[in-house]
Amino acid sequence: MTPLEAILLTIVTASTPLLIAAIGELVTERAGVLNLGVEGMMAMGAACGFAAAIGFDSTVAGIATGILAGAGMAAIFAFAVLGLAANQVGSGLALTILGLGLSGLIGAPFVGARRDPIPHVHIPGLADLPGIGRLLFGQDAFVYVGLALAAAVALFLSRSRAGLTLRAVGENHVSAHALGLPVLRTRCLAILFGGACAGLAGVYLSLVYTRFWSPGMTAGRGWIALALVVFAAWRPAYALAGAYLFGAATVLQLHAQAGQIGLPSQLLSAVPYLATILTLVLLSIGRGRAVGAPGSLGAPFVPDR
Amino acid sequence: MRLELAPRAEVSRIARVVAPVAAFLVAFLIAGGVIWLLGRSPLAAFRVYVSGPLSDPWALQELVVKATPLALIAIGLTYCFRANLWNIGAEGQYVMGAVLGGWLALRTHGSDAGPWVWPAMMLLGIVGGALYGLIPALLRVRFGVSEILSSLMLVYVAQLVLDYLTRGPWRDPKGMNFPQSVTFDPSATLPQLFGAGRLHVGALFALVAILATAFVLGRTLFGYRLRVTGEAPRAARFGGFDANRTTLAVFAISGGLAGLAGMSEVAGQIGQLQPSISPGYGFTAITVAFLGRLNPFGILAASLAVALTFIGGESAQILLKLPLDLTTAFQGLLLLCVLGADALVSYRLQIVGRGGGRPPLPEGEVETAAAVRVRGHGLAGEGATPRPVAPLRDSTSSSGRGGGVP
Repeated sequence: MTPLEAILLTIVTASTPLLIAAIGELVTERAGVLNLGVEGMMAMGAACGFAAAIGFDSTVAGIATGILAGAGMAAIFAFAVLGLAANQVGSGLALTILGLGLSGLIGAPFVGARRDPIPHVHIPGLADLPGIGRLLFGQDAFVYVGLALAAAVALFLSRSRAGLTLRAVGENHVSAHALGLPVLRTRCLAILFGGACAGLAGVYLSLVYTRFWSPGMTAGRGWIALALVVFAAWRPAYALAGAYLFGAATVLQLHAQAGQIGLPSQLLSAVPYLATILTLVLLSIGRGRAVGAPGSLGAPFVPDR
Repeated sequence: MRLELAPRAEVSRIARVVAPVAAFLVAFLIAGGVIWLLGRSPLAAFRVYVSGPLSDPWALQELVVKATPLALIAIGLTYCFRANLWNIGAEGQYVMGAVLGGWLALRTHGSDAGPWVWPAMMLLGIVGGALYGLIPALLRVRFGVSEILSSLMLVYVAQLVLDYLTRGPWRDPKGMNFPQSVTFDPSATLPQLFGAGRLHVGALFALVAILATAFVLGRTLFGYRLRVTGEAPRAARFGGFDANRTTLAVFAISGGLAGLAGMSEVAGQIGQLQPSISPGYGFTAITVAFLGRLNPFGILAASLAVALTFIGGESAQILLKLPLDLTTAFQGLLLLCVLGADALVSYRLQIVGRGGGRPPLPEGEVETAAAVRVRGHGLAGEGATPRPVAPLRDSTSSSGRGGGVP
């Protein structure tokens, strides 16, 4: 394997959790709900999934538990913002704080434990192609799940009746309600889907990306996923591109740190966060010029609550 | 049959005071359940968390010490939250205040600089925090970037800056390679309040900030401007209040107070710069601000109550071997309960039979205070250009508590 190939492979692995979490949050936001708890749901997915994988000695059980943990956290959020009409921004923040704390409790007994790598997909023939073989046909299953998820959500939103309902609910809940669309039920399902995706992204981090659990291992990825949704203008295809862009930034700064290029490692560690801010700025400059163009039509109306 | 929310015609004053207390109790009950699930006695935990610290004079002093940064930051956040702006980067502003003020302490280290050093450090702390807080505000005003994301991202950056400085240029050369600066000179250390104790003058800063804020919010045009901007942005525009200037002002104030908190913690408690100078005060202060209902005196009480969870958490870790993360989880839970209770102050839950729709509400009753306060916040950012969706937003707030409730 050439060094370039190795770097590209790690970029794909680093991008996948961002992609999965961003797609989930994208659906939630298209339904008109802003859930700032992605980081907390991811942390819970990572901790619960890892604990279950060790406990049952089964990767599948770990993945299922991680997804359930994310959805469970999302259910708490749904109860607060839909059931009690609580403030979404505050509730989302609370969910992040709660998730980071709870995941610390759950994961504490598993610090130091390791899991074996999960088997990679290997399509005979194709995966052995020189250069692109491993990259395209020899990844772990999550990578393809993430891509399939992005495609499925794109199709769902643009081509299905339910997707139209979801967008209508997110675009203007008063009109949607007047049309007889089930606003709360749609939102609840969208929130749960977002949570499940965040949980899956988290379990990917602990079971595949690092293969161990450590406190605070999500390291702001949930927040970057949130920024990705803005970056993507609430469109799945752009979220895909954005996730890979950010994954690349993360991996390249790691390689730069290892390569001793004379810059302080902290500066390089700050690159993903600074890149997020810079992207948001550039984006707004770009869109500022295109006022009225269809490009901004994808931005959802985030309603009162 | 299902539960529905219905707006209350009148919000009782008593409910406003009772709600946070009730939320605290509910959070306690749930946390007790979690502790029970962990196989420990909730009663023993309660004794360690609450009764222990409250019956020990040393711990009482410690309570004030821990409440000081929480109150300072939460008071600052009140300005932002009242204007419906979400500064969640107070942790970063806290760090940057300590960095800028700490620079002066290191600069004057070993010289016979006079007693002006610590007051100057405090000023620099305010400046550092305010400047750092202005970054997300400027990005929002100039480019329409969501202040939620930018302020949060800047927390990570600030922590990395401090990490770099304490491991690199500012490391104590005689410090056995520990990542920490030299210990500050006495002239760069905050004076103690009662001789030997741990209580330093930072607690007085917090008190002054609380009193000043009570005056500013209740008695000045600026305080009124914040409320109008937060609760009725369109009215604020018609009233000629410049939303951009408000944004910059509240971020500078909250950043400055967070910076002051960071500087007093370092100069009053830690005595040197090190990679980690906060157990998450900047984030916990968000809980404090809401628990105090964005009211300065409420925040005074809330900061003491939440400080108790920090101290209780530390002793529970030692005495009961309960991990510190329990404290974090409790603080998140508390915030959720407070926000839920907040909503229940303005709405009541009612059981609706199948098919029995809710009678339509008269227009006037719909716009309760909470309906305005819970106004959502789009990540798209609205600072730079008025968005075409503005009319939509208004139609929802006038016709629509029922909007989401089928």
